[in-house]
Amino acid sequence: MYAWIWRKLPGPWPVKLVEALVAFAAVVVLLFTVVFPWLEPRLPFNDVTVDDAPTATAPATP
Amino acid sequence: MVRGTGEVFITLGVLLLLLCAYQLWWTNVESAAAISASRDDIVKSWRQTPTPEPSGSAASAQPVPAYGTGFALLYIPRLRDKVWGLPIHQGTSKAILAQGAGHYRGTAMPGEVGNFAIAAHRSTHDEPFANFPDLQAGDKVYVQTRTEWYVYTLAKDDPNLSPTDVWVVDPVPGKPGATPTQKLLTMTTCTPRYGSTGRWAWWGVLSATSPSSAPPPDGITGTA
Repeated sequence: MYAWIWRKLPGPWPVKLVEALVAFAAVVVLLFTVVFPWLEPRLPFNDVTVDDAPTATAPATP
Repeated sequence: MVRGTGEVFITLGVLLLLLCAYQLWWTNVESAAAISASRDDIVKSWRQTPTPEPSGSAASAQPVPAYGTGFALLYIPRLRDKVWGLPIHQGTSKAILAQGAGHYRGTAMPGEVGNFAIAAHRSTHDEPFANFPDLQAGDKVYVQTRTEWYVYTLAKDDPNLSPTDVWVVDPVPGKPGATPTQKLLTMTTCTPRYGSTGRWAWWGVLSATSPSSAPPPDGITGTA
C-alpha cells in the first residue's frame, strides 16, 4: 500500500518526501480533531463520575 | 501478502501511538486552554452583572445554573498546581469535564444543606485531580461563587468505590431518603489513575462562609 502511494506521488524523490510528510500531517490533524474526539467517550478510560449506567455515553446537551 | 500484512500492523501501531499522544498530551493542552478561558468568562460575568441583593428570606435556595454554565471557582491548597480557580460547571458530561470540574445535577448548590457534589479528571484533560490521593482529612476546599466564599473542611474519603456507587452523592451519603441537616461537599474522581474501574471520593463539611465582597478567607489571600 505504501509502496503504491509512493509510486503515485508526482515529482522526484525529494518532492515525494515532502508530499508524503504533508499527507501524514494531514492524517494526524484529521485524527486529532475528528476521529479521536469522537472515539474518546466510547473508550473505557477516564470516567470520573458515579453513575447508574457508567457505560452510557454523556447525556445530550438539553 | 506478507508485506501487506506487515503494513497493516505497522499502521495500527502508529495509530495507537497517536491515540496515546492525543490522550496523554493533546487533551491536556486543549483543556488547559478551555479551563483558562472558562475561568475568565466566569470572572467577567461576575463583574458585569451587579451582585444580586440578598432577598428577604436568607434561606432561599440559589438558582440552579443552566446545564453547562460555569458558576463557581474551586481552590484546593493541597492541589494548588491544578486546582486554583478551577471552573465548576453545571453537569458532568465528558465535554463539561474537559473544561474543569463538573457539578452533579440534582445535588445541592455550594453552601446549601445537602451534598454539593462535583467530579473532575485525575488523568488527561489537564488532570486537575491528578494528586487526589495527597488530600488529607482537615484539608480546606474553597468554593467561590458570585456572592460568597464557601470553605469546606475535608473529613473522610473512600478510595475503593465502584462506578455505580451513586449513594456517595446522596444528600446524606449512604442513607438514601434521609433528610439532610449538614452542608456537605463530595468530590469524585477515577481510580486507579488512567483507569475507570473504580472511583475515589472525598467528603467535607462546610466550615465557614464569607461574602465575596469581603477580603478572601485565610489561605486564599493573594489570588484574583
